[in-house]
Amino acid sequence: MNLPGITMKKRYLLTATVVLSIVSLFIGVVDIKPSDLLDFESEETRLFLISRIPRLVAILLAGAGMSIAGLIMQSLSRNKFVSPTTAGTLDATKLGVLISMMFFTNVTYFQKISFAFLFALAGTLLFMQILNRIKFKDAIFIPLIGLMFGNILSSITTFFAYKADIIQNISAWLQGDFSLMMKGRYELLYISVPVLILAYIYANRFTVAGMGEDFAKNLGLSYKFIVNLGLVLVALISTTVVLTVGVIPFLGLIIPNIISLFKGDNLAKTLPHTALLGMSFLLFCDIIGRVLIFPYEIPISMTVGVIGSAIFLIMLFRGKAYA
Amino acid sequence: MRNRTKMLILLGLAVASILLYVFYGLNNNYHYAFPRRLIKVFAMSLTGIAIAYSTVVFQTITHNRILTPSVMGLDALYMLVQTFIFYFFGSMSIFVINAKYNFLLAVSAMVIFALIFYRVLFKEGKRPIYFLLLVGMIVGTFLGSVTTFFQVLIDPNEFLSLQSKMFASFNNVNSDLVWLAAVVIISTFIYGWRHMNQLDVMSLGRDTAINLGVPYDKLVQRMLILSSVLIAVSTALVGPITFFGLIVANLSYQYFKTYKHSVIIIGSCVMSIVALIGGQWMVERIFNFDTTLSVIINFVGGVYFIYLLLKESRSAG
Repeated sequence: MNLPGITMKKRYLLTATVVLSIVSLFIGVVDIKPSDLLDFESEETRLFLISRIPRLVAILLAGAGMSIAGLIMQSLSRNKFVSPTTAGTLDATKLGVLISMMFFTNVTYFQKISFAFLFALAGTLLFMQILNRIKFKDAIFIPLIGLMFGNILSSITTFFAYKADIIQNISAWLQGDFSLMMKGRYELLYISVPVLILAYIYANRFTVAGMGEDFAKNLGLSYKFIVNLGLVLVALISTTVVLTVGVIPFLGLIIPNIISLFKGDNLAKTLPHTALLGMSFLLFCDIIGRVLIFPYEIPISMTVGVIGSAIFLIMLFRGKAYA
Repeated sequence: MRNRTKMLILLGLAVASILLYVFYGLNNNYHYAFPRRLIKVFAMSLTGIAIAYSTVVFQTITHNRILTPSVMGLDALYMLVQTFIFYFFGSMSIFVINAKYNFLLAVSAMVIFALIFYRVLFKEGKRPIYFLLLVGMIVGTFLGSVTTFFQVLIDPNEFLSLQSKMFASFNNVNSDLVWLAAVVIISTFIYGWRHMNQLDVMSLGRDTAINLGVPYDKLVQRMLILSSVLIAVSTALVGPITFFGLIVANLSYQYFKTYKHSVIIIGSCVMSIVALIGGQWMVERIFNFDTTLSVIINFVGGVYFIYLLLKESRSAG
């Protein structure tokens, strides 16, 4: 499909990201002017360093991370509609966090992370196993199974959370929200930096793995290793994002699809674009959420949920051509 | 076993679960607990009937066993309409305070939307069922997100005062609406009864049905309206329960092994009364409110749904 008049050049995406970043830095309850930052001792500069910059970094990392995670999953499963949202990864992560909270009275941060990670990995693996079992690989059938799989996982989560009386607790911090991103609360997201670098290094191999097991083995690729590596990367990204920011739905689904419309499926070429578009899309949604009911904020999961599901629907209806 | 016997067994179970729910552990508390339990039982029966009836009808007009009005986002739509009413008219308006006006407005908005939406969705006819299903679920998510979105925009104090009223649950049945709901359900039954046989013909497919003299398109439209009214009733009474209709309708097709709508509809209604009231009794007495019925339904329903999908896909592939 060709959309005349629109091109997805890297430099346009880069410009958009930079402009939106600057806008994002200077929006907020406290009015900060660029000139205030010249004074290193001022209240504004401190605020800038403690709140605004962490928030921006968090958005950029989460946006790039979730989009890349979606891209890897789509490439490995050879299905355009698979993503952390539609394969139960996010719900598995939630379940992991819940279980770590229930079984250890004083959960350390590390325990939470490792549990969530293990569950995210197990959930994604399980889903991939189900996929292998299904003979009938309709492009639309698979996300359907994935969504239901996620539903079942999350009803298990609700069941235990209800028993332990932590429903409110859970739903409060699982809702994706950037307003609490401050120094000391977002650093976990830095894990996704090496993950993204790894993804970039292995991009070519993911592309080959996406051509099918036989083909990949023929080309001398250790298929199992690449698939497992991809799943570990996806689980790592999902875990860090869910634990710091919360659940951001649809991001990993729509961004890679939009890019592959313009740029095709060669991961090494599309990775930077996907990351950039993910960043600028998330920045855009965040800015909308902050401006709409100023000085209050709408959580990011809601803005992305509305815009994302709308875009996904449009994709579905127009999609026949590339699904 | 003949269907009559099967039906009698079901009816017996229904009566048993109602009696159990109303009288178990009552301890002669006829002044306080008794009337409250009666209202609750009544509301749950109405909900069960509404969901079962609308699901069976909906499945017939869409020609499949997997789509249900709830899966296609109709109860999410009800929530959205309620939020809109609240957002645009304010908490003090007649449409919010008076349960009847509120209900009527919500239902008419829903019917209009459902007609347009399904006209668009089913217009081209030949779309694969999984496509419709995915679209329905995403539309549900979309409506849900928009609903929460507007709820955030509403003034928090105002919102809290209405939350319990708007978003009912099994433990918090919306009893203002019970009588109105009863009237609505009975009239849909009286109306629908005349079309019961036509529904049997409709399940043969569009061409055959038209050949046999059934005004197919007109009937689809009417049944769609009937479905959305019933879903509005059930959602207003106890809130959304996504997979319930799916389980009940499919189970009664398996149980009765017939395609006659008169049997299936009545059967699934009774079955859902058994499931809802019996289930709620277990949740209250055996699990001691340790969980909620809707969580159990969602879990069981989700597993059953995957099973149905896999079964269907095997026969298709």
